[in-house]
Amino acid sequence: MKKNSVPQDNNPTYQGYGTKVIYAVDDGGEYTAVKSSGWEAEEIVLKDVVNDFKEKARDAKERALSGQASPIEYFMHLKLMDPPALASGIGIAKWRVKRHLSARGFKRLNRKMLHRYADFFDISVDILSNFKDHINNG
Amino acid sequence: MDKTIPYNHRHFAHCESGVISLLLEHHGLKLSEPMVFGLSGAMSFAFLPFLKMGNLPVVAYRMFPGHIIKKLPKILSIKPFRKRYKDQDIAMKELDAFLADGQIVGIQTSAYFTTYFPPDMRFQFNAHNSIVFGKQGEEYLISDPVFETPQRIHAVDLKKARFTKGLSAPKGLVHFPRLVPEKVDLEPLIRKSIRKTVNMMLHAPPFIGLKGIRQLANHVRHLPRKRDNVYTRHFLGNLVRMQEEIGTGGGGFRFIYAAFLQETHQALGLPLLSEASLKMTEAGDTWREYALACAKAVKQKSGTADLPLIASLLCRCADAEKEVFTMLKDLKKS
Repeated sequence: MKKNSVPQDNNPTYQGYGTKVIYAVDDGGEYTAVKSSGWEAEEIVLKDVVNDFKEKARDAKERALSGQASPIEYFMHLKLMDPPALASGIGIAKWRVKRHLSARGFKRLNRKMLHRYADFFDISVDILSNFKDHINNG
Repeated sequence: MDKTIPYNHRHFAHCESGVISLLLEHHGLKLSEPMVFGLSGAMSFAFLPFLKMGNLPVVAYRMFPGHIIKKLPKILSIKPFRKRYKDQDIAMKELDAFLADGQIVGIQTSAYFTTYFPPDMRFQFNAHNSIVFGKQGEEYLISDPVFETPQRIHAVDLKKARFTKGLSAPKGLVHFPRLVPEKVDLEPLIRKSIRKTVNMMLHAPPFIGLKGIRQLANHVRHLPRKRDNVYTRHFLGNLVRMQEEIGTGGGGFRFIYAAFLQETHQALGLPLLSEASLKMTEAGDTWREYALACAKAVKQKSGTADLPLIASLLCRCADAEKEVFTMLKDLKKS
């Protein structure tokens, strides 16, 4: 890539956070590090995955409020995780996490396990066990 | 505690090679980022459909995170200091002790708790690298090579970032080189590292190197038969993110490698290397073209992604890289 064709698309994500370095060739054919304010292609895919997590979280919240899903599912998406990441983070098997992600599995969770989830998500246990009240009261 | 170690921050493309380049420079050995990247043989390609992250197959444009930190000191015969911790408080205390001794320290953090990142970039990615070079009150001074200027992070956040759990958990890793030689004879090291990369790209088992790129092309071609539009979109988006977003210097590290080849040409004076560098730049340009095609497909959303085009672009990347590495194969003769 030539130095003057390095994209400078002013990605909204980086606004206020500086630039990134791209290696490109200058007029004399030498490689140099060029500062770039971003590329549209990056912004598109980044926004896509961020919005996907947000959508999943919103959907899980609705279902958790109506009692069809586990609040853990909402927090998992909120913290940008998937079940395997959650399992290895908490230190339990994947199939157990999957069980806790269902409304029925969540209801059967004991106090100790709830604590572990709450600690991991950095929230109080009360938010997990009384999800409805907390969300409705903001 | 207030301590700032005199130190020169610089802005690089990739966190891991940048950190090593900065640490070595601080200890008196000047190696550029492309040189660090190339010498450690970090250039690679892997498409691992059986290994999933976030429900998507792993695609990597370089060796595993941690490869450079592990391998480069060995290659340069430098004895590094490396330690991981079980106890978080001891880890933080020892970090303070290193700083008090005037030692700058490389650390591994999770991007999710790295508070100076742009909010949308704070993913659950555990292998981000940076350098701590001081502490003021409760804030650590961080030299993060992918940022223009030094950053600050609160001790509480840094502790969380150093002790996230999950895949490639940092476990409070600290590292810095000891006994760094002032000069290194690069020629034999360059030859050896290029030979290694050539072997990996051309002759590695399936899923890695050129075979990996071709397999990915096949996979993309057959996506519509196997998966729905949403999955296809996420799959393509993931490819672009791995290639461009995570500090690769553009084109999935291909431009860094081309810069490395150019530098080796200056050091060894073999015209072959300069030619290979030009070809590698071409390959990088093709990778960029392919990333743009993927991003377009993601933007459209409707599911009319031009997958045959994307697959053929991938094949072109593989062809271009094949030329580069067969060319480099002849290095041992000259």
